Amino acid sequence: MKITFPHIGNTYIVAKAFLDDFGSEYTIPPFNTNKTLELGSKYTAESHCLPFKLFVGNLLQAHELGADTMLITGGCGPCKLGYFGEMLKKTVSEIGIEMEIITLEVPEQGLKELAARIKKVSGTSNYLNVAKVVNSAKNVAIQLDSLERLSRIKRARQLEPRSVDKIYGSFQREVLEVKGSKEILKFIRQTERKLKKLPQNEKARPLKVGIVGEIYTTIEPYANFQLERLLGNMGVEVTRQVTVSGWIIDDMLKKALRLPLEGEDVREARAYLSGMVGGHAHHTIGNTVVHAKDGFDGVIHLYPLGCMPEIVSQSILPAVEENYQIPVMTVIRDEMTGEAGFNTRVEAFVDLIRKRREEQLNGQNKMLYGY
Amino acid sequence: MDRIKCYMGIDVGSVSTNITLIDEEDKVIDKQYLRTEGQPIESLRKGLRDIDKRIGRNIAIAGVGTTGSGRQLAAAIVGADVVKNEITAHAVASQKTIPNVRTIIEIGGQDSKIILLKNHVVHDFAMNTVCAAGTGSFLDRQAARIGIAIEDFGAYALNSQNPVRIAGRCAVFAESDMIHKQQMGHSREDIIGGLCDALVRNYLANLAKGKRLESPVVFQGGVAANTGIVRAFEKALGVEIIIPEHFDVMGAYGVALLAGENARSGEGGTCFKGFDKLNASYTTQSRECSGCSNCCEIVQITMDHDPVACWGDKCGKWSGTA
Repeated sequence: MKITFPHIGNTYIVAKAFLDDFGSEYTIPPFNTNKTLELGSKYTAESHCLPFKLFVGNLLQAHELGADTMLITGGCGPCKLGYFGEMLKKTVSEIGIEMEIITLEVPEQGLKELAARIKKVSGTSNYLNVAKVVNSAKNVAIQLDSLERLSRIKRARQLEPRSVDKIYGSFQREVLEVKGSKEILKFIRQTERKLKKLPQNEKARPLKVGIVGEIYTTIEPYANFQLERLLGNMGVEVTRQVTVSGWIIDDMLKKALRLPLEGEDVREARAYLSGMVGGHAHHTIGNTVVHAKDGFDGVIHLYPLGCMPEIVSQSILPAVEENYQIPVMTVIRDEMTGEAGFNTRVEAFVDLIRKRREEQLNGQNKMLYGY
Repeated sequence: MDRIKCYMGIDVGSVSTNITLIDEEDKVIDKQYLRTEGQPIESLRKGLRDIDKRIGRNIAIAGVGTTGSGRQLAAAIVGADVVKNEITAHAVASQKTIPNVRTIIEIGGQDSKIILLKNHVVHDFAMNTVCAAGTGSFLDRQAARIGIAIEDFGAYALNSQNPVRIAGRCAVFAESDMIHKQQMGHSREDIIGGLCDALVRNYLANLAKGKRLESPVVFQGGVAANTGIVRAFEKALGVEIIIPEHFDVMGAYGVALLAGENARSGEGGTCFKGFDKLNASYTTQSRECSGCSNCCEIVQITMDHDPVACWGDKCGKWSGTA
């Protein structure tokens, strides 16, 4: 059995740690490129969402490398993401290739079924061992997210252009050669030290922008034209609350252990949207409110074309915009989106919030920006 | 005689390339509106050569700004001090002409935008995302199909008694609906009048999306020359639409203003390479980088065998080489 998994941001490092610790055989598909999307679009309906097309692209590219089993995490329905597992199975049989799909979530059949699935991957039925491995994978995810946060802060303040990208980029490539959660954690700490040592502009008071929206499009750099890097290199400090580690803790572990999982963002969102419509609609609305209260300069809302929960939040965001006077820009991505148009919008948005801040500093309204 | 110190703004768009020269008082002293015709470098050189021939001896360029979808390219060739996106450039130009402007409608060759201002600051903007219906290229095409000159398009629309209702959601549907209406026997005037209404409906639905369009409303971009569209906007919004004097070159005007601002605030000269560099031979070369799995499309521009610009890569491996 050769396992593989789809790409979403740095998740490949978490999955790698998880599978290394079990000693499973696996292959990581090539990073998402236009070719991945082309492959995926070929075998999916035009109206499928971008994440699904890329999942299928990853699946096909991994299949070429000899993979026969794909691990995915469960979605939080009622949107399409909750059915990715079933849809992938159907697509695989339509394409006519052999690929087993294993969804890591607590299924209808209960914990026993999950244990059976994990056993398939790990080859062990020692629960203590499984729990240990899951825990260290979770720690890798947490450390990765903190590394990401550090890189965003550093990028907005770097003195030498692209110096953060150089260190961070080589980390993402070289980590492929590092085996096991222990070694990976060590490598993350090493990179962290390197980033911290980079000279920075201590006087900088960068613009602060929050990224909200559909989880895949916000996390996967290919799906958002590397928005975080783009903004960071313009000297903007980016914050993204929806993270891989958050997903693992809230949507996989807490759900499995039936722990309460309502955060500040969801509470804030209730004023605008009382019921759950699926996906990350609550987080999108709630985080926009939280960012506005924290004095952020603006919020960028991202989602793939046709994403139902985010269409709902897009229609609610103007109310948040009005109530808190925070500029929100929505950008929708699909395989037809041109990168140049995307960059122009982002650049114009940064101009907009920069002018707004100057205006507020020169005028009566002396707001404090978070710090 | 002393040369007049002036700033140049260049807007390289999909359909037209515009060049504007302004003096120290921000007055437009020369403007050029040229068709890009798929050759941005050629049209840019043609425009600059023309300016040089006519007034080159009387002026001294103290700053250059570029905007439009070809802004990087133009900046590399001419040597620009400011490279700005279209939205900012248009807003700056509009505010210069009508200081208290609240809404800017801009319809160009291949895109349309709406810019809303509040307290003299851009407060919100939108660009057309999925559809080119209602932009200049579509109107051009329809005028050609009906067999009238685009310059007469507005006059026909104004003569319409009962504009027909045309599906304006999408350029393809609009066209087939127009053909249907024409085969039903409606007059050309009414079809053109209906088309103008449909395009305005499409614009308001796709870009304004229920936002409040406060007065004063300024309409700029090449399509503002079309009186039919202007009247349709006035009808739909119920307010007067202001068309600035230099509506067709507002992007270039805006970025010229920014270049002036930049020159006055900073020290040091301009990056402008001078008119005499225009006769150098430029070649562009594109290829796919095989350095990693991103497979970026790299474009390199060389002037007389010297690389002057290179872009398209995500990692910065090539952009730093020129």
